Amino acid sequence: MSHLKSREAILFGAILCLLFVVATRFPAFVAPGNLVAVFTDTSPLMILAMGQMAVILTRCIDLSVAANLALTGMVCAMINVAAPDLPVAVILAVSLAMGAMLGAINGILVWKLSIPPIVVTLGTMTIFRGIIFLLTEGKWINAHEMSPQFTGFPRADVLGMPVLGWIAVLVSIVMLVVMARTTLGRSIYAVGGNPHAAVYTGIDVGKTQFAAFVISGMLAGLTGYLWVARYSVAYVDIAGGFELDVVAACVIGGVSIAGGAGTVVGTLLGALFLGVVKNALPVVDISPFWQLAISGAAIIIAVAFNAQSGRSKGRVILKSAEHAQ
Amino acid sequence: MTYQASEQSSDPAITPVLSLDNITKIFPGVKALDGVELHLFAGEVTALIGENGAGKSTVVKTLTGIYQPDGGRIMLDGQPVQFPTPQNAADAGVTAIHQETVLFDELTVAENVYIGHAPKNRFGLIDTKAMHAKTTEILNSIGAPIDAGVKLKDLGIASRHLVAIARALSVEARVVIMDEPTAALSQTEIEELYELVDTLKAQGKAILFISHKFDEIFRIADRYTVFRDGQFVGAGKMSDVKEAELVQMMVGRAVDQLFPKRHAEVGDEVLKVVGYSHPTEFEDINFTLRRGEILGFYGLVGAGRSEFMQSLIGITRPSKGAVRIDDKVRVIRSPADAIKAGIVYVPEDRGKQGAILDMPIFQNVTLPSLHKTSRDGFIRLAEEFALAREYTERLDLRAASLDTNVGALSGGNQQKVVIAKWLATQPRVIILDEPTKGIDIGSKAAVHDFMSELAAQGLSVIMVSSEIPEILGMSDRVIVMREGRMAVELQGDDLSPETLVRHAVGIQAQGDAA
Ligand SMILES: Nc1ncnc2c1ncn2[C@@H]1O[C@H](COP(=O)(O)OP(=O)(O)OP(=O)(O)O)[C@@H](O)[C@H]1O
Ligand SMILES: [Mg+2]
Repeated sequence: MSHLKSREAILFGAILCLLFVVATRFPAFVAPGNLVAVFTDTSPLMILAMGQMAVILTRCIDLSVAANLALTGMVCAMINVAAPDLPVAVILAVSLAMGAMLGAINGILVWKLSIPPIVVTLGTMTIFRGIIFLLTEGKWINAHEMSPQFTGFPRADVLGMPVLGWIAVLVSIVMLVVMARTTLGRSIYAVGGNPHAAVYTGIDVGKTQFAAFVISGMLAGLTGYLWVARYSVAYVDIAGGFELDVVAACVIGGVSIAGGAGTVVGTLLGALFLGVVKNALPVVDISPFWQLAISGAAIIIAVAFNAQSGRSKGRVILKSAEHAQ
Repeated sequence: MTYQASEQSSDPAITPVLSLDNITKIFPGVKALDGVELHLFAGEVTALIGENGAGKSTVVKTLTGIYQPDGGRIMLDGQPVQFPTPQNAADAGVTAIHQETVLFDELTVAENVYIGHAPKNRFGLIDTKAMHAKTTEILNSIGAPIDAGVKLKDLGIASRHLVAIARALSVEARVVIMDEPTAALSQTEIEELYELVDTLKAQGKAILFISHKFDEIFRIADRYTVFRDGQFVGAGKMSDVKEAELVQMMVGRAVDQLFPKRHAEVGDEVLKVVGYSHPTEFEDINFTLRRGEILGFYGLVGAGRSEFMQSLIGITRPSKGAVRIDDKVRVIRSPADAIKAGIVYVPEDRGKQGAILDMPIFQNVTLPSLHKTSRDGFIRLAEEFALAREYTERLDLRAASLDTNVGALSGGNQQKVVIAKWLATQPRVIILDEPTKGIDIGSKAAVHDFMSELAAQGLSVIMVSSEIPEILGMSDRVIVMREGRMAVELQGDDLSPETLVRHAVGIQAQGDAA
């Protein structure tokens, strides 16, 4: 526990340092207005990372989140084109439901057929993108085809921040409560921490993993609508490769790839760290290559840090006992 | 607080093979070892005694290079040495059987025994034949009838333990450390182990033996060292000390009666098992269990007791048979069904099947009772904490706080967390598989006392145990199992150590033993 707390403090410190360094060269970056913009820009990553965290905690991984986002986003855009007057609330409901359904497909395959999650979601990742192509024959849906209320919703300003940013805040609060205070959250940690013991405790491991995939899918679907509306464009390849950023945010935030350990706050900080790096480096005129290198270095440092803090925790101690004999 | 001069009491001419001098080891928030000393002599067995969490396993890990001490010296043949890695310790001839054995499920027995130092053929490849032959030889020498070629995952917990012992013996060792080696074994295997210890002794090895069982300490040890709360309390020769003195040193007070069986009113039938069978593990198990009764299950390791219990709670499916609870047939397909029906099982392998190491103690304890401390899926933290505190206090759990992760507790305290977790569900029937394995003498009394109290309140207990005194002291009735079948059901005057062992190994009555 205390290790996680301290690693969150370290991450928070790293973000502050980064902001400070950038501020010395480009003070406008840390102006409140710009920080809000950075936060909003990072919101899709934060929302997706919340779902991915739940999945990774159960010892699974969801590589289909970006494809789910693209498919659900495309379907929302097509609905908007067909029925421009449909209220945004309906679109939101559709995106959540459809995302959850796509997530449930992953979950069912993992639960009922016991296919390894990485294989399942690699498969569905390609299938979801394929379906978009079938639906659109590769055509784009552009801004002028979408209704103003459809594209306006995520950008609408509420108390100085766009709705997109507020949705990220809301999702984080809900996930904070779900993970810390509900029986589902507890089961998710238990399943990842020790699946054998979870079985004896009467927790259905497969069902819990299914639930995590549904959460992840639901948030991916929601992000799908928000993404398409924000950028006012939908096509096959939107958010291509974004699933890796999402996994990276979790890992940097201290979620253990081995399952069972990780927190909502850590994950959020992990996402914010990547968001600040992505937004700050172009400003101080550093090439995008460095951006990748810094994210990469952060991942390796984070994993090394995880292994280090795990060392004093028993599980890893026992592993090192292997060499003793 | 030294009871006795700590310097090598008897013969100053003999230098110990391995010594700890003023060793300190600090974990965040805990001083696990506080300036302790320990001396191991060639051809002698030294017993290390202390309560759960006294620092015994920490000493073992310090001696084998897994932990680095924060202060003090390790001396080998009177010379200071350092073991920065486990390999260094192995090279110096220090080998250990750890409390929590770590082996590889997917590898064969021989591969597990020789991993890291497998014999090579002239092409530098692993010589499988030689490896199997040597493994078989070691296994035979410890009387373990295990095939060197089977995968580890196909073995039960006791056999795994024997493999771990074989692994420790596969290295050329001068110092052999055994951290609660008999906790997972049954009587016959324990006897074999004692003989093995005698052989090692005769070969001049220095042996460190950690155990909570006083009978075996008196049986095999030549010297003792006692720790309490990470501090050295005393050391000396076994011949100069009595059990009560050792207990006093270790606990700091006298321990009351060990098997405080109270008389419970045995009431109506709660559970009836009819014709339970499994294709490979057990056959035709029949018994009834009444309210307030403690039913013991005795047998050798491999008799199918744990396998039967696991199918009773729905981990595996029986091929035949039925369960009646309160005279109604219940079908139990999963542990969740069993919990609903009021039957819970405290598994024997508590490391793997019991605790979640990365979770705080209180969350571990309340995991199966969350429906009680939550409303509509939302957990009430205050109620949760109260529940966890109630049961951990009853079991005398030693931890800095209930927020500590279970992984940071000593082996025995981890066990208590698992037992507390199941008692907190307030079941109607509790199945305890080796309930006091690895638990120190003072806490053992607490567990037994709690068991009696629960039975008196109307809980029915099934206790699987390989410890004869525990079976005899606690049970109202005992079922002995042999090779997957019920050998006999005993109660009252028929209960004696001799009859139990006789039925367990299958020797026919010879004119009815004493
Ligand atoms: N990795 C760790 N991190 C933090 N504290 C630890 C760790 N390992 C052990 N401890 C603490 O050190 C103390 C000594 O533990 P140790 O495992 O040596 O006890 P032990 O004497 O072997 O007990 P047992 O009889 O229960 O096996 C305990 O208070 C325990 O909580
Ligand atoms: Mg120990």
